[in-house]
Amino acid sequence: MKPPRFYYSAPSMLDEALALLDQNSENTKVLAGGQSFVPLLNMRLASPAYIVDINHIAELHYIEQEDGYLAIGATVRQRQVERSVLVQDKHPLLAEVIKHIGHMQIRNRGTVVGSIAHADPAAELPALLTCLNGEVLVQSIHGERVIKAEEFFTGYLSTALEPGEMLTEVRFPLIASKAGWAFLEFARRSGDYAMVGASAVVTPTADDHCLSAHIAYLGIAGAPIRGLDVESTIVGTTLDETALDAAAQAASMLVSDDMSDVHATVEFRRVLTGELTKRVLKTAWERRGL
Amino acid sequence: MQKQEEVTPLFSEEYDIALTVNGHRYERRVPVRLLLSDFLRHELHHTGTHVGCEHGVCGCCTVLLNGEAVRSCLMFAAQADGMVVTTIEGMAGTNSDLHPIQKAFQEKHGLQCGFCTPGIIMTVHAMLHENPNPSDEEIRHELSGNICRCTGYQNIVEAVKLAAMRLGEQKMEVE
Amino acid sequence: MATRWFGASIPRNEDPRLLRGKGSYVDDIDLPEQLHAAVLRSTHARARILNIDASAARELPGVHLVLTASDLGEVLEPSPLLVPHDALTQPRTQLPLALGEVRYVGEAVAFVVADDRYIAEDALDLIDVEYEPLPVIHTMEIAVAEDAPLVHQDVPGNVAAHLIQTVGDPDAIFSNAPFVLRETLLMDRGAAMPMECRGVLARFDAHEEMLTCWISTQGPIPIRNGLAAIFHLPEHKVRVIAPDVGGGFGTKIMMFYPEEVLTPFAAIHLGRPIKWIEDRREHFISANQERSQLHEVEYAFDDQGVLLAVRDNFIHDTGAYTPYGIIVPIITACTLPGPYRLKNYFSEFKVIYTNKVPVSPYRGAGRPHAVFVMERIMDRIASELQLDRTEVRSRNFIHPDEFPWDVGLIYQDGGPTRYDSGSYQAGLDKLKMLLDYDNFPMKQAEALKEGRYLGLGIAYYVEGTGIGPYEGAQVRVESDGRVFASTGVTSQGQAHYTTFAQIVADQLGVHPQDVMVTTGDSQAFYWGVGTYASRAATIAGSAMHLAAVKVREQAKKVAADLFEAAPEDIELADGKVFVKDAPHRSLTLGQVAISANPLRYAYGENARNLMSMKLTSSRSGPALPPERGTPGLEASEFYSPPHGSFASGVHGAIIEVDPKIGMVTFVKYVAVHDCGRIINPMIVEGQVHGGVAQGIGGAFFERLVYNEEGQLTNASFMDYLIPTAAEIPTIVVDHLETPSPLNPLGVKGAGEAGVIPVPALFASAIDNALSTFGIRIREMPLHPCRLYELLEESLGLKGQ
Repeated sequence: MKPPRFYYSAPSMLDEALALLDQNSENTKVLAGGQSFVPLLNMRLASPAYIVDINHIAELHYIEQEDGYLAIGATVRQRQVERSVLVQDKHPLLAEVIKHIGHMQIRNRGTVVGSIAHADPAAELPALLTCLNGEVLVQSIHGERVIKAEEFFTGYLSTALEPGEMLTEVRFPLIASKAGWAFLEFARRSGDYAMVGASAVVTPTADDHCLSAHIAYLGIAGAPIRGLDVESTIVGTTLDETALDAAAQAASMLVSDDMSDVHATVEFRRVLTGELTKRVLKTAWERRGL
Repeated sequence: MQKQEEVTPLFSEEYDIALTVNGHRYERRVPVRLLLSDFLRHELHHTGTHVGCEHGVCGCCTVLLNGEAVRSCLMFAAQADGMVVTTIEGMAGTNSDLHPIQKAFQEKHGLQCGFCTPGIIMTVHAMLHENPNPSDEEIRHELSGNICRCTGYQNIVEAVKLAAMRLGEQKMEVE
Repeated sequence: MATRWFGASIPRNEDPRLLRGKGSYVDDIDLPEQLHAAVLRSTHARARILNIDASAARELPGVHLVLTASDLGEVLEPSPLLVPHDALTQPRTQLPLALGEVRYVGEAVAFVVADDRYIAEDALDLIDVEYEPLPVIHTMEIAVAEDAPLVHQDVPGNVAAHLIQTVGDPDAIFSNAPFVLRETLLMDRGAAMPMECRGVLARFDAHEEMLTCWISTQGPIPIRNGLAAIFHLPEHKVRVIAPDVGGGFGTKIMMFYPEEVLTPFAAIHLGRPIKWIEDRREHFISANQERSQLHEVEYAFDDQGVLLAVRDNFIHDTGAYTPYGIIVPIITACTLPGPYRLKNYFSEFKVIYTNKVPVSPYRGAGRPHAVFVMERIMDRIASELQLDRTEVRSRNFIHPDEFPWDVGLIYQDGGPTRYDSGSYQAGLDKLKMLLDYDNFPMKQAEALKEGRYLGLGIAYYVEGTGIGPYEGAQVRVESDGRVFASTGVTSQGQAHYTTFAQIVADQLGVHPQDVMVTTGDSQAFYWGVGTYASRAATIAGSAMHLAAVKVREQAKKVAADLFEAAPEDIELADGKVFVKDAPHRSLTLGQVAISANPLRYAYGENARNLMSMKLTSSRSGPALPPERGTPGLEASEFYSPPHGSFASGVHGAIIEVDPKIGMVTFVKYVAVHDCGRIINPMIVEGQVHGGVAQGIGGAFFERLVYNEEGQLTNASFMDYLIPTAAEIPTIVVDHLETPSPLNPLGVKGAGEAGVIPVPALFASAIDNALSTFGIRIREMPLHPCRLYELLEESLGLKGQ
């Protein structure tokens, strides 16, 4: 299990990286943490001719609070987000979700932006970004654009990134102070990609009904998926048993027919997704501000 | 080769690196696809870092990179340029005494075949640095990135607890 | 009397080296001029090879050699059949490289040697193999169906072997029994998955005409003999070393894996050392696997819960070949009766070829299957008669005064299945106490009120260990007083450098740290078989003991001459040799060794001090008198047991099931274990812990999932789920020590024990936790999805 041959460059400036990326855009991959990409290389499931290693680009190394969101640059490790006081303080859901990613050794190298760019439908961060309806900043030598999560994830390991473009920043919208939030996944082992998982944010009204709800799932479709039907079943309710049952019912419908693998058949995934939905919503609701 | 003609000077198949491993500085030219694990084992002959899966799950190849535990099979040697790497060979220091973590593993029988052991010790080293007094549950959680096929983990957990206690005592003595 | 090391939990001699990263596993050894190999493996489970075009690979810069079957000449021979058996009428073993047809995904097709492994893998990508896919036999059921395609064209019905054994008169019992039940029980494939994959490093020295191979194996001596025959070399010109081995668990007791022939072949051919290191992806599809069996079992019992007779008919999946004969199903048949007085037993099995990775023993080796069947029977009898599960077992136990107990079957070693000793009721009593068994129903009921499903499972086993044919050991005192001890078995983590040292240290009055044990080097000990079947401590350990006793007698004689005392008055303790009651006038053991070697020169401090003592008087006759035999203090001894010894144990666990999502967690785990006299309790406990963890893996996490094309769909550590520290509970281990009367140490094997009862226990615990659903587990391994399906099924049945 040794990687195939490739040409490598490790620029220290973003402009340089974008220029390199543009040269052979169809045949070039960006290497950040490499925790998903290097296994693919070792198994020779990926064989790009060129690799641009962005780890030396200092200008992409930041976690910043902007107006309404936290911005995380492309070389920030998951572990740094996990330890960040700013994140713990401003975005406890992100801090919570990060802990579920792989193992400590993986998070020490893996980047937040890399996980989004890799777009694994079983990964935690794409589901979180989808739940929050966050955005990504994409740059190329021709300019930059901001893409909404729902438009960014286009399918299995696929995104709206065009050749020559690089994902340089991910924006996680902040959660209203009264909102309750939760992340839950059913995984076989500690650190595994989960069979199913969900992140949820629920906001109460003044009379303690559900004002708005955001829920998104991992592991149930070819891409992370927002549960709009689930949300509509609980808005206006007090998340009582009836509402949760309806939410579970709606959630199980979201599971794609082709989501059978060695760990779970699609039928079982539907059952898990229903149960998960109840539990994650319940926890989120319990955490709401009063 | 066709590829060669297309390539710009900024891309290369070889790379000059300078890094520190266990306190020694090394300068080498490496193929860019050479994994850090292979570089440590077969270029520097630090064979204590083992390779168990090469897809980042088993943890046998765990080393410290600038003090953080990482999988050396999921990095290229070229990426360790300028970094400080610590492997199992760097644990005991120059004198003959085992590091308290190593000693605890012997006393508690925290290893059998020994293959996963170096990776586990590096993980434990990082774990106790961050959390000097972990609970059983925290230990088991933090160890979950290292597979051991022999011990059933129980004596490893015991060894980590013993090491934490000893390191705590040492620290108090220093203070 | 000096310290007795036998029975002491001393730290391991092997640890300081391993803990420093100074172990020496095969891939840690790099030789000058070494080249690297990689294997092209079949991508089809069954296909005709129409053409192999390796020209592009051969032209790749850095490639030295590409071998296909046609390049191997006379080396293209099927691997030897290990342990033939009369019932194995259609044995088939593998060629080093496939010729004409491939029979499983992963079968070796071509062998590439290059400057480094990276280039070797580049070359693999350039080899073009044209396959004509053939119908695939991916399950046992398909293999035995009428008009099934054939894995081997000349093996009708895909049946490799068929064996029937009968004890007593089961037919008569069945025709009159008060209760008769029949069930189908399934166990599916799993894999040993040692953390170190396989590996071979071969060097041929043309000057010495010596082939040296470092192999990650459990049986270097048989491989030495085999390689000598293949390459027409004298046996003493082949040296096979199993250096540090990173786990084996059975999968490395095999000969030949193709690479064990191909690597030395290429090394001889190219005149350069060649290293082949299996990567994990290869290991999943080329290292032997185990566990698939389908049992149709019928059992008769009376209204008191006494088991009267069993009829077990099973098919055993051997994969594409039978490298290890039919050892695994024979062990299953012989293990099934367990600790119970089963006097009427019909056992029939067929060994079936499928297009899957070949099968050879994996820790437990057929035993977990048997225990699963028998313990399912015991639980069922209890539930049918509304009796306590432990009570039913007690009513069926063989009692301590009934040993030796003849099961009535021929065991895997060709000898009788004769239990040498056991204390089954005592083990169960201990378990119940440690589990707080009697209070569990109350706790269970309380939990259920909170909607929590707790379940308690138990499983008993009797395990054949310590089989022959023999092992040997050499013990020699060196002039510095340290002791060299060597044997032909290998170590893969079992701590032989410590336990064998303890055995020797007791006889020679030295510290175990001063006993330097060497295992697994055919040049350090010529004779031997290997480490398998939980036999090393029993067989090699006994040989070590016998050799050490002999050396002790030698030392006494030599010292008696020097001290002018009687040999029986000489004592050995703390590295010293002295006359009883006169320890102040002593020699070191090293000095006695020097004295025993009549040289004209002597070196070192020990010798100088000895000279100054002027003990040696002039003598008449030869310097080495005939009664002394050999110079120095050295002896070799061999031990061959009359038949295997039978260890036993009982495990119990409390689990919690979340039936809505099929998840299970362990709340408590207790193992009571009896392997006779214990050399080092710490090490035995470690073996049990590891076995239990592997058992839990095999019961609920690890599965090998083949699809209809015979592709292993979860061939990575991402999807083959070896449990981590977070999934394995704390395991309480307690011991009974019922000595074996068969060997001088009274020991029985311990290595495999931990894994054996776990699937049975897990089934028992699930049934118990979900008894309100009316579930009955009849298959292993489970996983959440399957557990959910079974629950749905049983709810459906209940609804009807």
